[in-house]
Amino acid sequence: MDIVLQQLVNGLTLGSVYGLIAIGYTMVYGIIGMINFAHGDVYMVSAYITAIALALLTFFGIESFPIILVGTLFLTVAVTGAYGWVIERIAYRPLRSSSRLSVLISAIGMSLILQNYVQLSQGANQQGVPTLLTGALRFHVGDGFVQITYMKLLILFISILGMGVLTYVIQKTKLGRMCRATQQDRKMASILGIDTDKVISTVFVIGAVMAALAGVLVTLDYGAFDFYVGFIIGIKAFTAAVLGGIGSLPGAMLGGLILGLSEALFAGLISSDYKDVFSFSLLVLILIVRPSGLLGKPEVEKV
Amino acid sequence: MSNAVVRKTLISLAIAGAATLAQADVVIGVAGPHTGAYAAFGEQLWKGAEKAAADINAAGGVKGEMIKLVKADDACEPKQAVSVANRLVDSDGAVAVIGHFCSSSSIPASKIYEEAGVIMVTPASTNPTLTDQGLPNVFRVCGRDDQQGDVAASYIVDKLKAKRVAVIHDKDTYGKGLADAMKSTLNAYGLKEVMYEGLTRGEKDFNALITKIRSVDADVVYFGGLHSEAGPLVRQLREQGSKAIFISGDGIVSDEFVSVAGSPEYVDGVLMTFGAPPTSYPSGKKVIQEFRDGGYEPEGYTLYSYTAMQVAVAALANNNLDPIKGAKWLKTHSVDTVMGKKDFDEKGDLTVSDYVMYEWDAQGKYHVVD
Repeated sequence: MDIVLQQLVNGLTLGSVYGLIAIGYTMVYGIIGMINFAHGDVYMVSAYITAIALALLTFFGIESFPIILVGTLFLTVAVTGAYGWVIERIAYRPLRSSSRLSVLISAIGMSLILQNYVQLSQGANQQGVPTLLTGALRFHVGDGFVQITYMKLLILFISILGMGVLTYVIQKTKLGRMCRATQQDRKMASILGIDTDKVISTVFVIGAVMAALAGVLVTLDYGAFDFYVGFIIGIKAFTAAVLGGIGSLPGAMLGGLILGLSEALFAGLISSDYKDVFSFSLLVLILIVRPSGLLGKPEVEKV
Repeated sequence: MSNAVVRKTLISLAIAGAATLAQADVVIGVAGPHTGAYAAFGEQLWKGAEKAAADINAAGGVKGEMIKLVKADDACEPKQAVSVANRLVDSDGAVAVIGHFCSSSSIPASKIYEEAGVIMVTPASTNPTLTDQGLPNVFRVCGRDDQQGDVAASYIVDKLKAKRVAVIHDKDTYGKGLADAMKSTLNAYGLKEVMYEGLTRGEKDFNALITKIRSVDADVVYFGGLHSEAGPLVRQLREQGSKAIFISGDGIVSDEFVSVAGSPEYVDGVLMTFGAPPTSYPSGKKVIQEFRDGGYEPEGYTLYSYTAMQVAVAALANNNLDPIKGAKWLKTHSVDTVMGKKDFDEKGDLTVSDYVMYEWDAQGKYHVVD
């Protein structure tokens, strides 16, 4: 029993990280119909910025963990958001009117550029950040126990907060209405006076900001990263986005959670060798039954 | 063709010939992960080989020829290893190669060196298959994983008196090979592992796996793999409150193991098998001192790489720079190196293996367990 509960905790934290990154894939797909292959690398960049921000803050002699956390979050979110904006500006906007395939190639190119740029400027070695927040909550269940580190609680808390704020922004604010309008019909939205280019830029920034949240949290938790760290997690988050229905915001969050939970439960209860096989089989099954994902809307051919 | 043209062509050919003669250096490749997640090991290889080449050149070179090193980066990927191996033998004209690091790279590359008649001396690839292939040109100055696994298994049974051993590997040639070797000796002792599973290289979250280790109540966790996965693994093990003893092999011999784990407190008490301290040989004192004077601590495989270079150069120098004859010569002659006298058997393995158990401490350093 304690083991199943512990696996649920593992799966939830992993899943919420997948969900945060999946948001970037799903929003970009929703608005311009392209898969942003460089998104995993934006996450990777945010891990490096986290380490730099931590070093800066410690250099200025700040030692209290809450201030370090808020400072790191703020700096990383700001700089990674800027990365998201610049990437859209130089790699995707010039190709706005060309075929989807060219944008896709441009995205793959961007991904390679980011990896190599970080490798050259920061070195190819494994990087590590020291542990800042230690300690854990321990619940006794039967003979065993379930242990949740404070860091894992923080991951859950900040992901839920981030997703909540984002849902509010998209559903209730003017910016959100502009995003939804552009998603539904870009040409009509621009005729009605919405600066769709600006909206698209904003969406890229939002995606990067969510990836940055994940980057800060994961880096503080696991402490280790390298320039290639965005690849696997990017693939997983993309899977989560497709699973939940690409283009759908709640779908990305749901997809992330399902993927995280299924990985943890399968690895923990059956075999960790085949956990990825299981996740992808699950994806195939869901796509057979619901081709547009769990919460995705079937694409309507516009006549 | 007029006479003048013929003469001109001949002259230019002669000049070209002279130019190649003048730069007939002995080209030696240093192949390993110079970039990527395992670049720390590539650096150890390069530092060792670079110093050895500089020392040999300063002492007059190989039969009067200077050693020219070529860096070849395989990023620890089998495909890239094959392409850099081809480049080394084709366009760089290497006669010997120091490398590769990862067994999964060394094995495919070794066949290319064999076809090209190039001596390959690896400082670090310990997978048994490498020399079991029976290639005449392949040597290693490190031990084999079956020897390493034996040492770890007997330590687990005799010293730790463990009853519940979980075996984890990274599904790669080296990691799985080592874990399997350890497991088979463990089984021969009559101890059956309580768990045997693989993890995915490049991932950082192993919490699900660790909860499972906890659920089987393991008192020893044996990991076959490299430090980039071992670090997060041991850290998450401790974070989930497990006190199981963590044992690994020579894939974690790098200071980076500590930074990847997050802090020295997590690596405290971690055990690993590695060859007898390479810095303990009297013949290496001078070189080690020079390394330290230069501000570099020759950790992990640095001296192995130095040794590999000495072995390759000895083979070439004693056989008129002919790598094929040199490879035959090495199997019947011993070589004096910074790590003592080295003898090779018919397969290209060392005749004496010297694996011992090391322990990491709370300062993030490792030392031999008495």
